Amino acid sequence: MGLENIFLGFEQALAHQNLLYAAIGITLGTIIGVLPGLGGANGVAILLPLTLRMPPTSAIILLTSIYWGALFGGAITSVLFNIPGEPWSVATTFDGYPLARQGKSGQALTAAFTSSFIGALFATVLITFFAPLLADVALRFGPPEIFSIQLLTFSAFVGLGGGNPLKTVVSIMIGFILATVGLDIVTGQLRMTFGVTSLMQGFDFIIAVIGLFGIGEIMLSVEEGLSFKGVISKMNLFVVLETWKILPRYWRTFMRSCLIGFWMGFKPGGATPASFMSYSFAKRFSKNPEEFGKGALEGVVAPETAAHAAGVAAMLPMITLGIPGSPTAAVMLGGLIIWGLQPGPLLFTEKPEFVWGLIASMYTGNILGVLMVLAFVPFFAAILRIPFAILTPLIVVLCAIGSYAVHNAMIDIWYMLLFGVVGYVFKKLDYPLAPLVLALVLGDMAENALRQSLIMSQGSLAIFLNRPIAGVITAVALLFFMMPIIAPWWRRLRGLPAAAPAPREI
Amino acid sequence: MRTADFITAAILLLLGVVVLFDAIRLGFGWGTDGPKSGFFPFWLALIMVVTCGLIILQTLRRPSGETFVTRQQLGPVLKVIWPATAMVLLTHFVGLYVAAALYIGFYMRWVGRHSWFSVVGIAVAVPVISFVIFELWFLVPMPKGPLENWLGY
Repeated sequence: MGLENIFLGFEQALAHQNLLYAAIGITLGTIIGVLPGLGGANGVAILLPLTLRMPPTSAIILLTSIYWGALFGGAITSVLFNIPGEPWSVATTFDGYPLARQGKSGQALTAAFTSSFIGALFATVLITFFAPLLADVALRFGPPEIFSIQLLTFSAFVGLGGGNPLKTVVSIMIGFILATVGLDIVTGQLRMTFGVTSLMQGFDFIIAVIGLFGIGEIMLSVEEGLSFKGVISKMNLFVVLETWKILPRYWRTFMRSCLIGFWMGFKPGGATPASFMSYSFAKRFSKNPEEFGKGALEGVVAPETAAHAAGVAAMLPMITLGIPGSPTAAVMLGGLIIWGLQPGPLLFTEKPEFVWGLIASMYTGNILGVLMVLAFVPFFAAILRIPFAILTPLIVVLCAIGSYAVHNAMIDIWYMLLFGVVGYVFKKLDYPLAPLVLALVLGDMAENALRQSLIMSQGSLAIFLNRPIAGVITAVALLFFMMPIIAPWWRRLRGLPAAAPAPREI
Repeated sequence: MRTADFITAAILLLLGVVVLFDAIRLGFGWGTDGPKSGFFPFWLALIMVVTCGLIILQTLRRPSGETFVTRQQLGPVLKVIWPATAMVLLTHFVGLYVAAALYIGFYMRWVGRHSWFSVVGIAVAVPVISFVIFELWFLVPMPKGPLENWLGY
């Protein structure tokens, strides 16, 4: 059963047309990752309408390749320009930029790309084995289990996401409330529309992603005053081969970072904390920790490996449970629905060529990706030299095109602007955006699961606790929700110092 | 920062109250065949109102810190918002491609002070390339205006 599936997948992924889509996706993705204001999530969202007429397998390969490319692109700006293109690249700047300043940008970039590749490969191998098992278990899930997994998803943001837990809760509620606006399919009543016709359709999360992450991010970056003073990259085959000779020395760091990345990554909001955690572990276990921050190659290896392992691991809950682990995965999930596929465990039995094609393309996409970025670094770095007075309006226009294309409606471009302002204010005030987007995506699913569960139990909430699987998951979720209250109390009890403020996931 | 935090939480609290009222109108109890339409929004809004209340208390107890946005920072941000809004408004009348050309040209000249040569070049090239990619290759229609009509699209 197992092997023939992955062969079936590679047949899909290695088809000429799909390899071409992967190459296009990686190129676009790397450009998106390099540009400020265009991250993986809204890059994928803007390009989603273009995939409407493609076969689903090619479409998902294009979109996931954009995601891999964006992950690689973040490393380029971190090392050469000291600007983290994505939040999970922040830790890469600590040692990547000092290395570049010392004229070792080629080394740093080679180490970053190779680490990303190894992290991604590790996570992909684990997904290959775990995804079918998890999907098998998930097939037996009823509404109470589905709702308890949703609870777990959002409790992870509150308990492990860092930042102000109250604001995280508010973000989640806003997302869920926005999801309820419009027609209630179960009872046929209009909710939260207050007689306004344009509210009847509800809010599309793709518009929210483009506005919150695209326009909001642009406003933040012009506020900081865009000035790209980069180091020129020195990349050639010789440097790459030399660096590859050194890298096996850090095998411990690779292993540790892979595990941290995967473990953090399949829970929502994982990539950024994973990269920071992996960096600090590498520093603690290193023979010469005093070199960290001044240009230690290990300091590039650790966060990049973990961030990519986490980025790939975020796909695991999306394909097996239909619950995305990151905003980018959420947009892809939206894509599945648009292409007429039902996300969730049934995909493995009903559309094996799609799922296995996707898994196989994680291998091919990342191999292709690492070779392409290694070869074309100067080209990608040159993009940041485009003056920002051209980049800014260009990105705004692209966002507008992407928003309009979703439903062919002008109102969506207005929503995009509105979400942009909201995103800017929220980001400044530390309201996290990722849980808002996930709640907006998962709102209908959560509400249906809750309704059906309550109908099963005649209105008793005990149903989430007295079924074995749902009970365990709900208990863990409740523990996570309590974490912000328990953790400080626990620390005081054991006489530990107060924790440093955790970095906040986007 | 404190004032901005306070105002944002207060606005969100008010929104929560609005949702609460609508949920109560819809009914949040048990209907003939399960929870009524207002059930889910009611609890969401209730949690949101309570949490916003707690955030407001938090901000009141904290000393006022750095400013939310300085005058120097606000300038460039507004320079992005107003032209972008104008572009969306223009799109209603002249279509997206013409509006995009005017917007890109305006922003490049006004903020970037680029030479007229590059302003015109890029402001024309970007919409033309987008037109080819979206309308011709991928068949995704964008709002069009008199110019596109005149050209026969």
